[in-house]
Amino acid sequence: MVDKTAVAQQFIEAVPYAHALGLTVDDIRGGVAIMSLPWSEHIVGDPEKGTVHGGALSAAMDTCCGAAVMSHPASPALTATIDLRIDYMRAATTGQTIVTTATCYHVGRNVAFVRAVATDDDLENPVAMATGAFTVER
Amino acid sequence: MARKPPEPVQIIKERRDGALHAMLAGIPYVRFMGVQFDRRGDELTAVLPFDEKLIGNPWIPAIHGGVTASFLEITAIITLSWVSMWEDIESGSIDVQQIRDGNLPRLPRTIDFTVDYLRSGLPRDAYARAKVSRAGRRYASVHVEGWQDNRDRLFAQAMGHFLMPSREVKSSA
Repeated sequence: MVDKTAVAQQFIEAVPYAHALGLTVDDIRGGVAIMSLPWSEHIVGDPEKGTVHGGALSAAMDTCCGAAVMSHPASPALTATIDLRIDYMRAATTGQTIVTTATCYHVGRNVAFVRAVATDDDLENPVAMATGAFTVER
Repeated sequence: MARKPPEPVQIIKERRDGALHAMLAGIPYVRFMGVQFDRRGDELTAVLPFDEKLIGNPWIPAIHGGVTASFLEITAIITLSWVSMWEDIESGSIDVQQIRDGNLPRLPRTIDFTVDYLRSGLPRDAYARAKVSRAGRRYASVHVEGWQDNRDRLFAQAMGHFLMPSREVKSSA
């Protein structure tokens, strides 16, 4: 569904906080969304090491998960987060872009389920993983 | 037995606020979001003044879910750090000037964080308080509540686990 991808793309680009973070959309289709969070000074949580704050990564993952839900063929265009759990495996390497891939793997009548993985340049060792439940607005 | 006279209130306040503000000023993401902390004795309330850039859904409009998550996570980390620093602040063994000079105490690291979104965040100021359910030597468990207009009507709550920084003094090497 070409339309849905275009709508989701537009939607994300109109989100002020996504813009403030510098979050960009790499791909959104069929329940899978890929977004990039480039390293920048203002999202740093540990000034000594220059690593990104967990909260900024949460925001990127939340946005990406929501977009994955919206892009799912069985889901309508709007959603809101019910809950989101993030596991932080390691600090992202300073200066590297964090790429999040979110997959909406089930859309029920009322709830959509999503999981996401975030990596930096070391693709073998994810930085963080997320699981979430989202509303399905009908 | 003569007891040491209590310290003047101004000195105590200066040390407590000095340690808190120095810690906050050192974290770029806290400044970026504009999170502030109100302190009453050892109790902290995080305040997130509303700003247009914090919007996630411009049509409703509502605060971004990621902003809510970040706000609650910042509240948890700062409160946890604050609780673990408190005794050293009181005894004066923490040198506020050192923190101001950029020698920040090492912050707890998030292991996992789960946000429960109860209602949409309105475009106005938000508040949060964290309760440290357990602070062990290595792991800590923290619960956070966030609200806007009414203290009893939470817009989000969160639960997280944290890895505590080791208490050894950082080597200068």
